Amino acid sequence: MGPSLQIDSQGRLVHLLTTEGLPAEMIRHILDTASQFVSVNEREVKKVPLLRGKSIFNVFFENSTRTRTTFEIAAKRLSADVINLNIGSSSTTKGETLLDTVWNLQAMDADMFVVRHAEAGAPHLIARHVKPGVHVVNAGDGRHAHPTQGLLDMYTIRHYKRDFTRLVVAIVGDVLHSRVARSQIHALTTLGVPEVRVIGPKTLLPADVERLGVRVFHDMAAGLRDCDVIITLRLQNERMSGPLLPSAGEFHKAYGLTPEKLSRAKPDAIVMHPGPLNRGVEIDSVVADGRHSVIMPQVTYGIAVRMAVMAILAGNA
Amino acid sequence: MKIDIRNARVIDPASGRDDNADVFIAEGRVVALGAAPDGFRPDRTIDATGLVACPGLVDLAVRLREPGLEYRATLESEMQAAVTGGVTSLACPPDTDPPLDEPGLVEMLKRRAESLRQARVYPLGALTLGLKGQKIAEMGELAEAGCVGFFQADAPLTDLNVLLQAMRYAATFGHVVWLRPQDAYLSHGGVAHEGEVSTRLGLPGIASVAETVALHAILELAEFTGARVHVARLSTARGVALVAAAKARGLALTCDVGMHHLHLCDRDVGDFNANMRLVPPLRDQRDRDALRGALADGTIDAVCSDHAPVDDDAKQVPFGEAEPGATGLELFLPLVLKWGAEMKLPLAATLAAATSRPSAVLGIDAGTLGPGRAADLCLFDPQRHWVVTPAVLASQGRNSPFLGLEVTGRVAATIVDGRVVYSA
Repeated sequence: MGPSLQIDSQGRLVHLLTTEGLPAEMIRHILDTASQFVSVNEREVKKVPLLRGKSIFNVFFENSTRTRTTFEIAAKRLSADVINLNIGSSSTTKGETLLDTVWNLQAMDADMFVVRHAEAGAPHLIARHVKPGVHVVNAGDGRHAHPTQGLLDMYTIRHYKRDFTRLVVAIVGDVLHSRVARSQIHALTTLGVPEVRVIGPKTLLPADVERLGVRVFHDMAAGLRDCDVIITLRLQNERMSGPLLPSAGEFHKAYGLTPEKLSRAKPDAIVMHPGPLNRGVEIDSVVADGRHSVIMPQVTYGIAVRMAVMAILAGNA
Repeated sequence: MKIDIRNARVIDPASGRDDNADVFIAEGRVVALGAAPDGFRPDRTIDATGLVACPGLVDLAVRLREPGLEYRATLESEMQAAVTGGVTSLACPPDTDPPLDEPGLVEMLKRRAESLRQARVYPLGALTLGLKGQKIAEMGELAEAGCVGFFQADAPLTDLNVLLQAMRYAATFGHVVWLRPQDAYLSHGGVAHEGEVSTRLGLPGIASVAETVALHAILELAEFTGARVHVARLSTARGVALVAAAKARGLALTCDVGMHHLHLCDRDVGDFNANMRLVPPLRDQRDRDALRGALADGTIDAVCSDHAPVDDDAKQVPFGEAEPGATGLELFLPLVLKWGAEMKLPLAATLAAATSRPSAVLGIDAGTLGPGRAADLCLFDPQRHWVVTPAVLASQGRNSPFLGLEVTGRVAATIVDGRVVYSA
């Protein structure tokens, strides 16, 4: 699914909608390109002229200051003009359809749309209706995908672990509602990770998730055994108590990443989290701030990965 | 008007007849098959060489979108679509705006439909007032106005006491209660079958138990009250098994399946194709195969087009926001033929699922072709291939999962009450 829409017949990336079906060589190309931008970001003048004169519209139908900011920084470091639109609170509430909004912005000569939407598949719909030469980057659609987050996680894992083909990776918590988890799972399996695990209660794991190529664990201690990489997922406030979970406290007891549970993993395991953190719920502060944590580097690499995606889409990398 | 249809392959599924013959029609009735009655002088002769002549199709679920939803479709457009598709009798669900919950609305709909002189319309009244699931509708008055059954459509009926009493009341007078089995809580917020595909696409799921839990309740209450129940739009293999077991116990029960569910499954949603957004959701391959088999073996009584015209604006949105439904009338015959061919059924058995069998569900005098019966006929070319495009559809709803695909079987002429109401 997706490759025909996001990869053209010459194998070029035209949109980034999902990591599912994204060829391994394309993922590696994105990660390699990102590593060049990491060095740009370490310079005093953190700017390259690759996207000079291009207009990038951050169109967020669902609010997210963090993700929007990282895309904005990435675009600005590529010298693009960035326009931020938080549509969550404007047009669609006035009755304008999603496509009308996009067509209007396209008429303002947008070169690229970075789209976040609460509905799965919204970026696909937009990608199907934009003019040739206009690119769409999915910045998160419903529970479906968040490919740049998935890719920055791959960058982080590669940075610390080098070889994907010898790793055991565990994804812990609310997989059901997580677009991040889905993007990670597809990227990890594509890159040849032999064992991807998901750990959580049955209420927070989606139906038939093992068909995505993962092993399912409900017991966290067993699931973390011999892990090289532990990815904790954010548990949304509104899901902490209700039909899915009795309480944040009980969730923490069973699935919160504590030093004790972390000790089941390999001694050199890394701990990741897509943010924002719920300290004391899915992860303890001592772990989030501890020596295994690579949560801050994830954020740093996120800029470089998003620069790489935009540069590749624009045909300049 | 006297019509002589010459050289047709005459198929009457009810009697099993399948041979080449002439059909003679006079004063709205079929007067003879084979040899002309003495002194028969046709006003019109139709050369039907190469065509099948069968009873007009009977469709158990056609949304005409009137009253209230004329922006999606009008009675004119959809009645034209019906006869273009060879449908001569149709039942329309009460999910209009307002719902068909009072006799005046039903009478007006029937009168409007009759004035168009196309297919025969059999309204289904709302089971509860406003389809709100709280107070039962005036079934007696509605039946007098022409309703052939009482349906809750896709509206939730969460209070099972209301359902119990509605069945008791209906059983008192012999009315048929139509229900689509779907638990409102178990399906809440879902837009696709819960399974691997919904997991991949991140779409909120509707598990199969949403159907089977509701079906258990319906079957228990039907047995308890003795009400005659029609189960609409079965979608799961487990649901099929429950219906089969209930029928084996002797329950007075009929059921139908929508034609799309015979051919498609959740994988066909592909990359969020909103034309695959249907109610009930397309389920997995095993479910689809069970439905196909159950329609063939009679566990499922009839297939329907589940016609639901939806305009483009309501489909050009993300999958989860898309209005469910697809245009169906003009694809009804080809998709039934496709099912029959794939199941290797004789043509008469295939056509029975869309003629005599749905007619028996409705309890109407239709769906058969014999001397003395109403002259409601469909003439079609069983070999004719055509590509489904928006431009060739008469329905105002141009959205179909089959857009762009080639189908086989095209209606050449439709006759209702002895009049040619459509001719290609």
